[in-house]
Amino acid sequence: MAVNYIPRRFNIVRDKERCIECGCCVRQCSNECHYFEAGGTTVLADSTNCVACHRCVDLCPTSALRIEKHVCDYRENANWTPQYQQEICRQAASGGTLLSGMGNPKPYPIYWDKILLNASQVTNPSIDPLREPMEIRTILGRKPEKLTVERKGKAITKMPPQVVVETPILFSAMSFGSISLNAQKSLAMAAQNLGTLFNTGEGGLHPDLEPYTDRAIVQVASGRFGVHKDYLNSARIVEIKIGQGAKPGIGGHLPGEKVNVEVSNARMIPEGSDAISPAPHHDIYSIEDLRQLIWSIKQATGNQKPVSVKIAAVHNVAAIVSGCARAGADIIAIDGFRGGTGAAPTRIRDNVGIPIELALAAADSRLREEGIRSQISLIAAGSFRCSADIVKAIALGADACYCASAPLIAMGCHMCQTCNTGKCNWGIATQRPELTKRLNPDIMHERVENLITAWNHEIKEIMGGMGINSVDSLRGNRLMLRGIGLSDRELAILGIKHAGE
Amino acid sequence: MLKEGQVRIPAGCAIAAIIDRKGGLINGSEIIKSIALMHDRSNGLGGGFAAYGIYPEHKDAYAFHIFYDNAEAQKKCEEFLFKHFNVDEAERIPTKKIPAIKNGPDIWRYFARVNRVRMRNARLDEGEYVVQCVTRVNDAYEGAYIFSSGKNMGCFKAVGYPEDVGAFYMLDKYDAYLWTAHGRFPTNTPGWWGGAHPFNVLDWSIVHNGEISSYDANRRYIEQFGYKCTMQTDTEVITYLFDHLMRHHGLPANVAADVLTAPEWDEIDRMSPEKREYFTALRSIYSGALVNGPFSVILGSGKGLLAINDRLKLRSLTAATKGDRAYFASEESAIRIVCPNPDKVWSVSGADPVFVPLEIHQKEES
Ligand code: SF4
Ligand code: SF4
Repeated sequence: MAVNYIPRRFNIVRDKERCIECGCCVRQCSNECHYFEAGGTTVLADSTNCVACHRCVDLCPTSALRIEKHVCDYRENANWTPQYQQEICRQAASGGTLLSGMGNPKPYPIYWDKILLNASQVTNPSIDPLREPMEIRTILGRKPEKLTVERKGKAITKMPPQVVVETPILFSAMSFGSISLNAQKSLAMAAQNLGTLFNTGEGGLHPDLEPYTDRAIVQVASGRFGVHKDYLNSARIVEIKIGQGAKPGIGGHLPGEKVNVEVSNARMIPEGSDAISPAPHHDIYSIEDLRQLIWSIKQATGNQKPVSVKIAAVHNVAAIVSGCARAGADIIAIDGFRGGTGAAPTRIRDNVGIPIELALAAADSRLREEGIRSQISLIAAGSFRCSADIVKAIALGADACYCASAPLIAMGCHMCQTCNTGKCNWGIATQRPELTKRLNPDIMHERVENLITAWNHEIKEIMGGMGINSVDSLRGNRLMLRGIGLSDRELAILGIKHAGE
Repeated sequence: MLKEGQVRIPAGCAIAAIIDRKGGLINGSEIIKSIALMHDRSNGLGGGFAAYGIYPEHKDAYAFHIFYDNAEAQKKCEEFLFKHFNVDEAERIPTKKIPAIKNGPDIWRYFARVNRVRMRNARLDEGEYVVQCVTRVNDAYEGAYIFSSGKNMGCFKAVGYPEDVGAFYMLDKYDAYLWTAHGRFPTNTPGWWGGAHPFNVLDWSIVHNGEISSYDANRRYIEQFGYKCTMQTDTEVITYLFDHLMRHHGLPANVAADVLTAPEWDEIDRMSPEKREYFTALRSIYSGALVNGPFSVILGSGKGLLAINDRLKLRSLTAATKGDRAYFASEESAIRIVCPNPDKVWSVSGADPVFVPLEIHQKEES
């Protein structure tokens, strides 16, 4: 119908002089943008469905392709931007909720970019990471209030289950269903080789991941998919997923067409049925209920596994974190509103929740005011783009950081933000065999490892510059941070001074 | 300009200490000689001493040393003291006018025992009661500052070079079984006597050299447990860490030292299972109390002396023994000037804190 015009986003530009009509792009594009001219051998393109995933650009043997923004000007209007008009058109046609993939793309303040790091000069020497040991080993789990010793060298205190990771960077939850098994496998292999952890998400555990369960965090989410005693006992950490930064207060919906045999087995649901995670856990309507679930999991695992509770960063996050700690959570993961997702209602993704920087700072300060920060572990999540973001998060008070988008980018993701369509050309956010086979775990785990190894090096370098040789002394060390261009209120919440002070 | 406590001031320093493990007395002139040799490590903006065993006639009373900026502050502070303690004696601390030390506050000392009724009503043990009273005065009574609050010990400090501070307080008139000394090189001029070191809580006193890079991690750790780092100095936060670990958590001094200077994971991974378990638990529970960056610390107490150095040995600290005496100083020459032929001289390593217990004290206790 004529009233439903929505200009396309991109133009596929083919350099005819370079193109050898090999048809590679035709085979690669799951959105069917490239095609052979009817009955002919000439390759043509229809840009309507192009999402700028760059798969064709990357694979074209002659570099003949380029994607550019398609511009169709609207009359200038700062309020009624083209985006809102187009979304209205879409909803007027469909009557449905808008869906998006990946994290909040709106230009909200990114506090990482407004925080600067410190370095030593004169009064205090910087430390050369090539000469001196630089420790980034991190221990997750509940800590007793104090140590009791028989004498120097002999402890009496028995420690609750502790999980040692060789880097403060963990891979965040991505379920089998939302991403492919090959993508999960790549992360699992990387986690094992790096001495860190990956997170199965709420989709259960595929048998192929069993060799890696020693490095796995398994989730218990509101849908309880794939949860059974062996699942809980196989993992290093069990995580109760209360919320997700990309869609606080919202459940999940994996459409039936993505529930193939494998997904159905892992999730323990019938093939082809929709996998619905309710918005709340229907056995958790209050903090006491959370306590009961934590204790049930501890009983099911013989008190051998730390229990983590993952929540979305919402307005009252500090009080909620404190409540979780008191309910018995050993680890609390806070997911900021820029965290990624396989699919979320666009309105929720773009408007609900708060940035991880503020949530983390507020939660860490609150736990300290209550004198219980040192007894639990705090994991920050919700978009870490580089090692400096991680260093800033640790200095604000995190024990470790969950990363997902960055390792996905290492595996090929180009942030096209259409994970929800299930047509990911990079074989990540899809279950179609012809697409998932494009992602070879034997190669991709190395790229993920390289990325984290590079970040580890950079973290050590930054720490050395600060004169710190153990991540323990960076954690919560907010004097190492200064704000730039922030208001007094923002500085107060972050608990940092302004640059120049 | 902001005074110490309102701003964090990095400083370099010289430290020295002498202890007689059998309780034999050492004259103050010895420690002055030792610290004076390291004149160039200070810049005249702070010096001080702690002396143990100097008030035997009042050994069961807390000796409060207090700086007063004016008579009004003294009046208010005394009102508070007389309410919360039974004061046996109050006097001006004797000093000698010397040109190098000027613009000082009025300096008083009080020998006092706790008011038991108030203490019981507050439901605090004695140590906690005294600490809270001292904190109260230092926080809330403008112009009054309690800089020493132990039993049978005292701190003496001022803005000036340490040898001048020693002469000013006439420390050659005092004999102690344990002396520590400090010369300071702050990077600006606070000109406030309270900012000089040693820093003291109950009978713990600390002298320290270095600028720790873990300061805010340590501060935010310790402030969870009711401490307030009002001075914003490394020495203050290290004192509180020791006080917390030893007084609240009941850890022996050498275990508390292990917490602050825990070995590296590489090393821990190679240890015997028992030791590995000990250090892993210690680092896991007390990660916020690990001290990082360059430092050497001498902790004095009625039980003896503890000397620790940073994990990478970024700051110098030399130790020596001769007979019943042990000597410590930032530079070996500062030991040799008072003890030319020691039995043993070594460099204190990060992994190996040195604890010199006071033997008479242990006998008395057992
Ligand atoms: S992949 Fe490149 S060379 Fe091959 S048909 Fe497409 S544009 Fe032409
Ligand atoms: S995972 Fe795939 S679909 Fe999702 S943003 Fe990345 S490239 Fe696009």
